[in-house]
Amino acid sequence: MAISANAILTQAMLGLNNGAFYAMLSLGLAVIFGLLNIVNFAHGAFYMLGAFVALIGLTQLGPWLGMPDLQINFWWALLIAPLVVGLLGILIERTLLRRLYGLDHLYGLLLTFGVALVLQGFFTNFYNTAGTPYPGKPEILDGVVNLGFMYFPKYRLFALVVSLLVCFATWYLIERTKLGAILRAGTEKPKLVEAFGVNVPLLITLTYGFGVALAAFAGVLAAPIYAVSPLMGADLIIVVFAVVVIGGMGSIMGAIVTGLALGMIEGVTKVVYPPAASTVVFLIMALVLLVRPAGLFGKE
Amino acid sequence: MNRWLWIVLIALGLAAPYVLYPVFVMKLLCFALFACAFNLLLGYTGLLSFGHAAFFGGAAYVCGHALKVWGLPTELGILLGAAVGGLLGLVFGSLAIRRQGIYFAMITLALAQIVYFVALKSPFTGGEDGLQGIPRGKLFGVIDLEDSLNMYYFVLAIFLAGFWLIDRIVDSPFGQVLKAIRENEPRALSLGYDVSRFKLAAFVMSATLSGLAGATKAVVFQFASLTDVHWATSGEVILMTLLGGLGTILGPMVGAFTVVSLHSKLSAIGSWVTVIIGITFIVCVLLFRRGFVGELQHLLRGQFGAEPGKPQAGGKPVAVAQPGSGGKH
Repeated sequence: MAISANAILTQAMLGLNNGAFYAMLSLGLAVIFGLLNIVNFAHGAFYMLGAFVALIGLTQLGPWLGMPDLQINFWWALLIAPLVVGLLGILIERTLLRRLYGLDHLYGLLLTFGVALVLQGFFTNFYNTAGTPYPGKPEILDGVVNLGFMYFPKYRLFALVVSLLVCFATWYLIERTKLGAILRAGTEKPKLVEAFGVNVPLLITLTYGFGVALAAFAGVLAAPIYAVSPLMGADLIIVVFAVVVIGGMGSIMGAIVTGLALGMIEGVTKVVYPPAASTVVFLIMALVLLVRPAGLFGKE
Repeated sequence: MNRWLWIVLIALGLAAPYVLYPVFVMKLLCFALFACAFNLLLGYTGLLSFGHAAFFGGAAYVCGHALKVWGLPTELGILLGAAVGGLLGLVFGSLAIRRQGIYFAMITLALAQIVYFVALKSPFTGGEDGLQGIPRGKLFGVIDLEDSLNMYYFVLAIFLAGFWLIDRIVDSPFGQVLKAIRENEPRALSLGYDVSRFKLAAFVMSATLSGLAGATKAVVFQFASLTDVHWATSGEVILMTLLGGLGTILGPMVGAFTVVSLHSKLSAIGSWVTVIIGITFIVCVLLFRRGFVGELQHLLRGQFGAEPGKPQAGGKPVAVAQPGSGGKH
């Protein structure tokens, strides 16, 4: 069976597109874990929530408020959804997560698992789990671009570029700015940073809000590509966990590179051996654990 | 466990089918065994697996297939299911113990997802429909298990045997080492215990018994479905254990009864059940980390002044990580 190079390249590009979402989510997980020591199981749910804020804002908010003309379009949703979800995240951090600091990590995981179930169950009551298409893709992004080896949907290219920009902006923020330096210091020695007059609890709250907002932003970007479904986050978060195990949570750039690479590998697997496409990331994780237990970018 | 508790437990088990619907009690027993097996790992060894549905559901599928297609006798089918659970446990365990803490949970979750996809795609599992029409058969070729009372006492016997084994393991010197690892892994290591081997052994035992529970469930309901291998089931067994009391011998049983009853009472309200399960998780983690049995033991011992979230012997110890101490695992 001959597989054309073209088909491989096409799937690699589509996979890279998925990989960008893995990268954005694992980045948020890594940032949150660094400072809060919590593996945020609700990350997938916040991604799903971001997509739903976009969907509801476009199709339902107006009629609910009795203003049928009110529509939050895609561009506004990119701004509003992360804000709304970020605020919800801040609320959750302040009221729930805050009580768990100082306990074993596993309680944070279990609590955020509970939060994920609540959000997912809530939306399952009102929306089809098979997914609702998001009708608000901007007209300017309709159509395809000729990349030479394939015609790539304009919107997917846009989503890819934007997510890469967001990833690298986050990397820059954390690795190259003063704020990032404080954040990294807070990860290492919170007490000492506090002694220097930095409000660490506030820093923690904002970090959680930021990580969660990043997930919601990814959700809005994903909405025009995939159907908006209450389960979209749950399916994704497990893959992202595997990405995090492979890359290790110690390095921001590691999270980005691993996410992109695994997305591509997954895409290529769809051509080479389709039945393994949904499991290849997990198999790679098992392999990495055998060869390099600390993860590719781990510091152990 | 104390002799009187055993007598009460056996008496309750014998009388239950005359008071409650036998199939419901059998479901309770299967999940109670599952939760007790899970507790062996989380409660007594301190390892959080997020992939136990793979052992439970994997065993259910294999047992179902063995009974339906290969025509194996019921008791052998169930044993085969348990063996498959143990084998999967050996594979998962030897990979997962290479990383610690929170990674352990993520690895087991990801590995379990492979089993889920295999169940979804393989020809022998029936995909979305699940594996249906598993025959209950005759026990030892004599006792007809289609009769629901016969089936009930068979399930009760399996449950009691599994539970007795767990009770023995916990009280054995081996169990004491597991608890030492849970309390302070570096110290256990420095005392010369091969911590990895103990962890792996605990993992395999827990997986085997989870497989036993899953295979039995498949025979009781005569089907195995994707729900059995789904991560939501892994989540529920965690909730059962947490709700009843981590590291208490009776806790998981109480937790399983609570969660299974909750499901059957609330089956009419659709996915609001998921919301309620989620809220229970949150409340449990925030307000009573010791669980029902753990809190009760705590009250009975009259240790009111103890630090919250830091249960005494028999509870899961906590307070090791400070926020901001970094992701250095």
